Amino acid sequence: MQSFDVMNGNRAAAIGASLAKPDVIAAYPITPQTPVVEYLTQFVADGVLESAMSEVESELTAMSMVTGASLAGARTFTATSSQGLALMYEPYFRASTLRLPIVMAIVNREMISPQTVWGGPQDSISVRDSGWLQIYVEDNQEIMDMMIQAYKIAENEGVLLPINICYDGFYLSHMTEKVFIPEQEKVDAFLGRYQPNHIILDPSRPMAVDPLTNGELLMNYRYLHLEAQQNALQVIEETDKEFESLFGRSYGGLIESYRMEDAEYAIITMGSMTGAAKEAVDFARQNGKSIGLVKLRVLRPFPKSKIIEALSKVKAFGVVDRNVSFGWNTGVIYQEIKSALYESGQFMPSIPFIGGLGGEDLTLDMMIEAIETICHASESKETIWLTRE
Amino acid sequence: MKFKTKYIAPVGGDGIHTINTGDWRIKKPVLSQEKCVKCGYCLLHCPVNAISKKDGQFTISYSYCKGCGICAHGCPPDAIEMVPEVEK
Repeated sequence: MQSFDVMNGNRAAAIGASLAKPDVIAAYPITPQTPVVEYLTQFVADGVLESAMSEVESELTAMSMVTGASLAGARTFTATSSQGLALMYEPYFRASTLRLPIVMAIVNREMISPQTVWGGPQDSISVRDSGWLQIYVEDNQEIMDMMIQAYKIAENEGVLLPINICYDGFYLSHMTEKVFIPEQEKVDAFLGRYQPNHIILDPSRPMAVDPLTNGELLMNYRYLHLEAQQNALQVIEETDKEFESLFGRSYGGLIESYRMEDAEYAIITMGSMTGAAKEAVDFARQNGKSIGLVKLRVLRPFPKSKIIEALSKVKAFGVVDRNVSFGWNTGVIYQEIKSALYESGQFMPSIPFIGGLGGEDLTLDMMIEAIETICHASESKETIWLTRE
Repeated sequence: MKFKTKYIAPVGGDGIHTINTGDWRIKKPVLSQEKCVKCGYCLLHCPVNAISKKDGQFTISYSYCKGCGICAHGCPPDAIEMVPEVEK
């Protein structure tokens, strides 16, 4: 029987990560991620967690340290937000191209300027093409469960890539919910131990790591890296199923479809805004509108086939982006969804929405307004900003 | 894609063999064992460790020698001659 507790998202992340028993944790505090570091430090101080915990002097060092530890064969964990992620950009890229299955929670915080500490996934979305796997979650239970699944996915032999579990700052990080805590013995059995063979700093098996490499070989590595990203599509789905059989909870794998069975219209969301959007879908259904919701859970690898399948019968769709793509005049997810559909030859009307930037609320009213617009979608493709009256 | 590596990550299990400096050579150093005074100047100065000493004799490996000519330039008895590579 799983115990439960009420906890905020940061505590769920810390407990989830500690259930995976990482050998090395290195992190530097930054709002809104700070409590993750505090909880983990407390667990180590209390003797509940046996990890080597290092409070480093910057995020650049945090990522460098877990890179070194992972190279030495350790299971590792770190967490950051926004400017912290920006500061670790170089070792962030290196961790993925060295194929190290590091798990990092990103507590999404808007990027400067203006100065802000509030939520918004502009930080992690802006580095989506750095070779990491990126999963975006909706609530605290999903944070807990995905921290555990993250290790299973990242350490899979066909994947061997680092992974981000991303959750909205404050909306999840500081919001308290009831969360079930998986049993330690079952998590141990689910995850096993990390045993690297592909890259390792081991005196008994000397190898030159990351030498100066010509383009011909580099292209080999990139080809295999792209292939590993594609392998992850299936691994994420399988891991979801295996997790469900052991712990009784499934998140639908790559995407979650809500009331899409007979839907003529669809609203696409990602992250914590999905709760309000589901309420709005229920409301619209009561008013006779045939609308469903697709929650994008995995941004990298992009679940192209699942999106094509989910939207195959809709007359129009809209995407609510809590981020911007400078230069496209829309959000990022809108462009990615459209790219997926191009391959399937589906060219239905679509509406890009932008809202909730810098921790601004995405209210039920805004979601209802978005659904209204989608249900009357014409060929117009102007971005609609969801803002307060 | 044609693969030149058995690894998925950038490692060299048997050393850094990713850049073939031997391909850069225009002239190759040829050592005359008769003129050689076994001083070891060439071995100490070769930037790619292409020169080795075995059984008291110095030999030049052309796998990595990039043809820089430092050995020939500094050789006290002028025992090393830079010979142009023949076009393959």
